[in-house]
Amino acid sequence: MKIVHSWLNELVPVGDGVDQAVVDHVADVITNVGLAVEDVVRVGASVKGVITARVVKTERHPEAAKVHRVYVDSGDGIERHVWCGAFNMQPGDVIPLATPGTVMPDGRAIEPKPILGLQSDGMLCSASELGLGTDHSGILILPAGTPLGLPYGEALGLGEEVVYDIDVLRNRPDAFGHLGVARDVAAKLGLALAAAPVLPAAQHPARTATVDLVDGDRCPRFTSLVIGGVTVTASPDWMQRRLTAAGMRPINNVVDVSNYVMLETNQPNHAYDFDTLGGGGFRVRLAREGETIVTLDDAERTLTADDLLICDATDRPIGIAGIMGGQNTEISDSTTTSALEAAWFEPAAIMRSALRLGLRSEASARFERGMDPMGIDRGVARFVDLLALTCPDLVVHAGAVDARAPQLPVPPVLRVRPARVSALLGTAFDVAAITALIQAIGFECTPQGDDLDVAVPSWRPDCTMEIDIVEEVARLYGYARLGKTVPKSTLPGGLSPMQQRRRRLREVLLGLGLSEAMPHPFLTAGELEKAGLAAEAVRLVNPLVVGDDLLRTSLRPGLLKAIAFNESHRRTGVALFEIGHVYPPSTDVLPAEYEALGVVLAGADATDAVAIWRELATAMGWGARLDQGNVPAGMHPARSATLSLGKDAIGSVGEVHPDVAEAFDVAERVAVLELNLTVLLAAEPKVAQWKATGRFPSSDLDLAFVVPLTVAAEKVDKAIRQAAGGLLVDLSLFDVYRGTGLPEGSRSLAYRLRLQSLERTLTDDDVAQLRAKVEAATKKMGAVLRG
Amino acid sequence: MIDQIHTAREHAMARLAQATGSDDVRVIELEVLGKRGSLTDLKAGLGKLATIEEKKAAGQALNEATAAVADALQARLAEFRRAERAVQLEVERLDLTEIMRKPGRGHAHVVTQAWQRLEDVFIGLGFQVAEGPEVETDWYNFEALNMPADHPARSMHDTFYVDHGTPGSTVLRTHTSPVQIRVMQQLTPPIYMIMPGRVFRNETTDATHLAVFHQIEGLVIDRGITLADLAGTIESFTKAFFGEGFTSRLRPSYFPFTEPSAEFDIRTPKGDWLELGGCGMVHPNVLRAGGIDPEEYSGFAFGFGIDRMAKERHAIGDVREMYTNDIRFLEQF
Repeated sequence: MKIVHSWLNELVPVGDGVDQAVVDHVADVITNVGLAVEDVVRVGASVKGVITARVVKTERHPEAAKVHRVYVDSGDGIERHVWCGAFNMQPGDVIPLATPGTVMPDGRAIEPKPILGLQSDGMLCSASELGLGTDHSGILILPAGTPLGLPYGEALGLGEEVVYDIDVLRNRPDAFGHLGVARDVAAKLGLALAAAPVLPAAQHPARTATVDLVDGDRCPRFTSLVIGGVTVTASPDWMQRRLTAAGMRPINNVVDVSNYVMLETNQPNHAYDFDTLGGGGFRVRLAREGETIVTLDDAERTLTADDLLICDATDRPIGIAGIMGGQNTEISDSTTTSALEAAWFEPAAIMRSALRLGLRSEASARFERGMDPMGIDRGVARFVDLLALTCPDLVVHAGAVDARAPQLPVPPVLRVRPARVSALLGTAFDVAAITALIQAIGFECTPQGDDLDVAVPSWRPDCTMEIDIVEEVARLYGYARLGKTVPKSTLPGGLSPMQQRRRRLREVLLGLGLSEAMPHPFLTAGELEKAGLAAEAVRLVNPLVVGDDLLRTSLRPGLLKAIAFNESHRRTGVALFEIGHVYPPSTDVLPAEYEALGVVLAGADATDAVAIWRELATAMGWGARLDQGNVPAGMHPARSATLSLGKDAIGSVGEVHPDVAEAFDVAERVAVLELNLTVLLAAEPKVAQWKATGRFPSSDLDLAFVVPLTVAAEKVDKAIRQAAGGLLVDLSLFDVYRGTGLPEGSRSLAYRLRLQSLERTLTDDDVAQLRAKVEAATKKMGAVLRG
Repeated sequence: MIDQIHTAREHAMARLAQATGSDDVRVIELEVLGKRGSLTDLKAGLGKLATIEEKKAAGQALNEATAAVADALQARLAEFRRAERAVQLEVERLDLTEIMRKPGRGHAHVVTQAWQRLEDVFIGLGFQVAEGPEVETDWYNFEALNMPADHPARSMHDTFYVDHGTPGSTVLRTHTSPVQIRVMQQLTPPIYMIMPGRVFRNETTDATHLAVFHQIEGLVIDRGITLADLAGTIESFTKAFFGEGFTSRLRPSYFPFTEPSAEFDIRTPKGDWLELGGCGMVHPNVLRAGGIDPEEYSGFAFGFGIDRMAKERHAIGDVREMYTNDIRFLEQF
């Protein structure tokens, strides 16, 4: 909302906007009452350095097709030459000349710039270049006889306006008018608000625009007033200037006054040509499904039975209620009698209609927030007041109509407890203090014992509870004056055990050299199938990008896209992880959302992923069964496994299927680890228990076995551990060999066993016995000790 | 005999003086003190001496000579070892700037880094951390937060609706505030909780706006909590997170779930004001939705963006860059 300083100053005497200190102060006051000033601009001011000059002659240059030389005289007798690309001026025309050194509103600095070796002593300006509207079709021609050498603003009689751009909050519909802002400013500064205008006495003969409220629940108040003696002409300069500064285009006195009244009193209104109003009256009813109307903006609108229409008395639609008038009863140059409509519409319905029609107007934006049902009277009086300035013969006809329905809201009276106000704000406020603060903005206070009855003014529909009054008190008293204290927390701060475990997990992942990615949680159709995963997923009803509408059920597609992106930027071997939510479908109240870990290692094989899993499992105290017989979807059939806890799968590990890698345009092998963190992080891990390190020397025993490919190394591992018993302190697989010299269908696995006793130094005999036990145990499973 | 001892000693000393390395010293050691060494041989000859006195005198001289030669040997050896170690060390010289890149540490995402720094500051102020689902019911996301259906403030949230359950019943949470309600339902006051998490807004992304981003929200509910407590908590946070030179202020604002509501700004040591987030006293309707009696307890809530903290700290020109998963971006932080 644009608030014009001179306009505000007319409603509350804050001081002249020429004084920057006044402007800064007003901006602060407005911000501190909760109507944040986002910007303060001065509009209509002369651009310094632009002066009036007369065209002496123009001259073409044989080598310049698009520009010509203009000889100008700025009254100082010096002939200046300016290159110009516009040709709309004649010798004798007065034009604005930007002299060298001028900085234009768009930031451009004017310098003497030679073209074809000939200097240009400045620039001739168009209207738009000077910030005077949008016309950039040619150089601005000033009225003949304009004195030369003057700042063009002075010559044109331009007035500067200061404009505050304020962010009007949802709960302050009243602040969409200058009056609402002025009311808060007046209260805050202890100044008096301008008196309300009074409607002049009605004259006879009575002329009535009848009102038939068919659907009064949607329009509980509708007033009509017939105004005669109207002459359609231009508005006064000051009004045009203020409307322009507030962002509205001046049209003619009737339309301008209508807009001016809305911007000032916040009451939208509509002036019809009374002579074209069929049946001489209004009928307010819901539209019929599919009914159409051509609105003021020349568009044909198709309506539903939920849209409210203003019709003339013959039932012909002449406007969409609260949103936009129709073309057929528009004010024209020949209008002499006007029927003025001012009404109050049900806000939620206006919002629905405006949204459905995609048509938000200044009026609808106000009505949908809830206007002042009693503000109509001030609006109408102000309309007459202002129109009389340009229509000396104006007549207010007797016979005005004020039609009402019982649904017209009645502002509440709220019981307010000063003790409560004080307890919430942390500063003591008594009945008198509260009354002094809020009475200034129209809340009538009546003491009731220790408490107050507060009558909410009709323009503040947001105030319906005691807490709303608490806010008004805080706002008018000033938040800054309420002080700063710190509540004493009696609780220890900290992360939950689960959150601590998540941090530990992240540290381990980072230590393993993995970087953290954050892919988008939405997938497009087909991406789950491309990843070899089930296509079922929860959909967005209204995605931002068409097709980008699936909620991921796995982190894998996003991470594969990240690998592909990096490969395409010549970064191979990338190792990433993500900790994020996935949202599988469910029949419960919400999808089966859980937190997952995804790890992708480009250019690595399945065992690298298993190694990461083992490292995490050790660090986090996790245990899970690695089941290579259960190939997870989308994974390499011979190089992946499901990780299970009891009967439940809690993750997968291995390599993605080469088809999947191909589908994602990934050239490298990709090792993957995926875990359900909601399950894994929830469990209290086993705390590592001390094992004596022993002080007797250890000895190493290296054993190589020929093992059929069908026997997992894990099994051999287990057999060795069982056979070796307590003397085995460490076991590591240090060599795997496949190739010549071995029976078909087998490979060699070489293990190093570190043996140590807590009681004594081991003898050669101890080692030999253990070796024999291991050999016997492994033989049973087909692993034959080599050489 | 004494003369022979002297001669052998002098000879050994002279040779030691001429030695050029520890190997020479070892040869001399063998030749003088070894099994066939010159002094060792003389020791064997002691028995052949005639008188006790002679034996005693020669024995003493021999012991002295042996000790002197042994000391000299050790000294020479130590001298040579030092020199040889010095040579060896110089031979081992490395250019410590000849470094070939090896796989290094991983990089935590900038948003995670900001998230954890924020958590740590609030933990220091006595807060705990709560989380909630990203797909939410309309009730938790709007209704319980004093935004019933048709509430005009709903249009301030560009909501992603999720095709789940009855139409309109499920959304991607537009803020972390639904976690407030869940926390209130699960706990009895006092509550000092922050709620970081991912949120969603159906708006076109640009250099400063994202459709998927992160917020952190705080909730305090206890007996006698005031608006001044809110201002003081924001001030403590501002100083702890940004630095002692920073201050904060509250400006009246409007949110459906708080009243009185405020925007909070921070003032940099240079004197610039930056808008940071929204806050206010928890609305009585919201307390009631969370099962808390607003006549017994009061509270405040505040919230702001995490991504912006990362953006400002690292001067990231375009927030979208944070979500490209470009390793060249990730490795910078």
